Amino acid sequence: MRILLGIGGADDSLQALARTVERAVEAGDELTVAIIDEGGTERSVEEIESAVTETLEENGVDAEIRYVAGDPGSKLVDVAESEGYDRIVLGGGTTSPMGKIQLGSTAEFVLLNSHVSVTLVR
Amino acid sequence: MSRNRRYPDEIAGPFESPPITFEDRDGREIDIRAHDGSDEEYEALASMYDAFDPADRAQGIPPSEERRIREWLDNILCAECLNVVAWDGQTAAGHATLVPDGDAYELAIFVLQAYQEAGIGTHLMKGLLGYGAESGVEKVWLTVERWNKAAVGLYKKIGFEVSDSESFEMEMGIRLSDGSDEGG
Ligand SMILES: CC(C)(COP(=O)(O)OP(=O)(O)OC[C@H]1O[C@@H](n2cnc3c(N)ncnc32)[C@H](O)[C@@H]1OP(=O)(O)O)[C@@H](O)C(=O)NCCC(=O)NCCS
Repeated sequence: MRILLGIGGADDSLQALARTVERAVEAGDELTVAIIDEGGTERSVEEIESAVTETLEENGVDAEIRYVAGDPGSKLVDVAESEGYDRIVLGGGTTSPMGKIQLGSTAEFVLLNSHVSVTLVR
Repeated sequence: MSRNRRYPDEIAGPFESPPITFEDRDGREIDIRAHDGSDEEYEALASMYDAFDPADRAQGIPPSEERRIREWLDNILCAECLNVVAWDGQTAAGHATLVPDGDAYELAIFVLQAYQEAGIGTHLMKGLLGYGAESGVEKVWLTVERWNKAAVGLYKKIGFEVSDSESFEMEMGIRLSDGSDEGG
């Protein structure tokens, strides 16, 4: 499968990264990692990138890394649809102090607009 | 990190603080009391959430499995958290909580299915906000799924105002004090 993994700076993105890379090893997925800048998250783009390269190296996975500028949700959908990806993978949301699951605006946009299947990693 | 949230300028209330006793619309005598930190209360809450209908979950809480329920309870019964419980004798019929989030608190409320639509949610909510105001809470926020008619109806009736309606979940807020009597 050709997978487009979109990751930002929140914890759920890093969890999605780890799980998607593991799965790519098992299933032989062809993986592209799209780093998105949502602003206001815990990690900078550079920190996300080093987490990505580290995880890829540890697992011996060769994946293309690209940067998504502009509105992250619409860009991800556009890339996935115009370049023939089979699936978009995203983090499954963060939790509030109360423990409520909260989806980010990128995930909401992708879920409502993508014609490509979407996986949220929990 | 807590985002910048909007709150009404106007102060809501005053709300009566617990203990509060009343007769619900089904004729049951209900006591609303602040959580006392005892093991008995903890176990009563764990049983209430164990019996909670999964169809009434809100954004993933309460969790549906005992171990996760206990982890979640540990989190929302923290030392700085404010909790009130609605009791029908020894049975926990409802529970409302305020969990600290920066300079504000996040709220959630649950009433066991067999006790819903009898006025318990309304009393529990007022009791929690009364307890909060008395404990120095200034601002309270929550998110709610927009299709959750019962919860949205209850929040509006109590005085919560919508502060963000752009995403799947609606955010609402209420102000309990302007902080002017702080440290007095
Ligand atoms: C939301 C909830 C706490 C309300 O508790 P409750 O004890 O049934 O509430 P009350 O009987 O005091 O009703 C309060 C108000 O809620 C609204 N309401 C309650 N049930 C309703 C329903 N089935 N449909 C529409 N509005 C309803 C009404 O505005 C009502 O005011 P009224 O009695 O003056 O008409 C309860 O339904 C619940 O636990 N739901 C599941 C968990 C949840 O969604 N929690 C909120 C998110 S954290």
